[in-house]
Amino acid sequence: MSFASVRNVTLKYGEKVILSNCSFEVKERAITCLIGLSGAGKSTILRLLNGLRQPNAGQVIVQGVDLSTLRNRDLIEFRRKIGFAFQFAALFDSLTVFENVALPLRENTKMTNAEIEKTVLATLDSVGLTGVRDRMPSELSGGMLKRAGFARAVVTNPNLVLYDEPTTGLDPIITHVLTDTIKRQREMLDGTVVVVSHDLESIYAMADYVAMLFEGAIIAYGTVEELKRSPNPIVQQFLQGSEVGPIPL
Amino acid sequence: MKVFEDVGRGTTGLLEYVGGTAQLTGETAGMAGRLRIRVGETVAQAQILGVQSTAIVLLTSLFTGMVISLESANSAKSYGVTDLVGGAVAYVSSRELGPMLTAVVVAGRAGAAIAAELGSMVVTEQIEALEALGLSPVRMLVVPRLIAMLVMLPVLTIFADIIAIVGGMVLAKNIAQISYHEFIESARVYSDFDDFIKGMVKALVFAVIIVIIACYQGFRVRGGAAGVGKATTGAVVTSIILIFTANFFMSLIFFGSSNQ
Repeated sequence: MSFASVRNVTLKYGEKVILSNCSFEVKERAITCLIGLSGAGKSTILRLLNGLRQPNAGQVIVQGVDLSTLRNRDLIEFRRKIGFAFQFAALFDSLTVFENVALPLRENTKMTNAEIEKTVLATLDSVGLTGVRDRMPSELSGGMLKRAGFARAVVTNPNLVLYDEPTTGLDPIITHVLTDTIKRQREMLDGTVVVVSHDLESIYAMADYVAMLFEGAIIAYGTVEELKRSPNPIVQQFLQGSEVGPIPL
Repeated sequence: MKVFEDVGRGTTGLLEYVGGTAQLTGETAGMAGRLRIRVGETVAQAQILGVQSTAIVLLTSLFTGMVISLESANSAKSYGVTDLVGGAVAYVSSRELGPMLTAVVVAGRAGAAIAAELGSMVVTEQIEALEALGLSPVRMLVVPRLIAMLVMLPVLTIFADIIAIVGGMVLAKNIAQISYHEFIESARVYSDFDDFIKGMVKALVFAVIIVIIACYQGFRVRGGAAGVGKATTGAVVTSIILIFTANFFMSLIFFGSSNQ
């Protein structure tokens, strides 16, 4: 069953076309990974799914709601049901780890301080960040920052979580830990997950479905096995990391 | 043709800037009007933007007051009108130099800090993260800074007025042997409370200019560290130009017709 869909979306930044008549489905309670070349528009799709960007044409529908029909105030309300883990975590550097994760609870819920503390500590614990609550973001390693970002993204129990390049630039052990964390978080929330990544090993380990974006449109979609068997030479070149093929270097 | 293109681009940019700042002002006023204020953050900003600017404001005002006194005291003594010196210092400080110099100094210090902080937050996706969490960057960041500045800039202006007068008084006594009593009496006669109130109104307008320009410049940062640098410079330069311009028009309205 489809949880969200991007329908015939075109999006431009100035004269530059990022997405061109792009369509793509996000299945409910599944991990869908978006792959593609750098600058292909993958992160833009994540921002379309939570309404941070509006398309120039086409529709973005999440849980039956066409985001373009929402007023700004409703869109802000709507975003509270969606978790977003940023590529570089985007933690607020003037707040401690605890306060970063607590912020959406403090601002968007009526929870008491005791309830917030309990929820935040449990969430930090679930991503393996026990004992760092009072540290500032500048005191964390790359992997810890990402996990703190994950914790902030899921602390409100969203039904859709978007991860932007969750494993980029990290060592294989941390990559494995983070991949595992994403899978566990999806199970815990019983929610839907969309991951943008270049890391094929990580994608193979967690993806239920994979979509490949190329020149502003989805050119392949299916399970990992289906994608591996794709006859499309662009998909094959990308999966094999080959310099030889139709993708212009 | 290139000239026309440049003029067109410049005009579009200016209109976009004016529209953007007007929209930000409206949104901020709307949030503040609905009392969507984060008290803790506002107090913290009052400390950062106001209290931490106190020393530099006091120093500049002290020396400005002493310079006015120095220039006027010697001349006044030679013409035998030393009873005007206190009035001159108080008059100029409360009407013009107190509010304007304080605003310029605060724009240079706090305005630059706001633009740099928000610009860095844009570059590191923290502003986008706020939006993704369903939080308004205007409520979270602009409103506390604006309210803090609206409280602190008039307070700093009062300090600036006082220190300028005191500095002028001490200097007048030492340079021109004008007694404290004569200086204070002159200040009392030639400046009135109305001037002081108008100076406070100016300070409130300058507070809005400093915060809105700095926040707007910070929010529109593009291009990493270089963009943050440009925004910071732009915030200070634009604020100072607008402070001088607004000061002229407010002086024209407040003092122009009556020449009081």
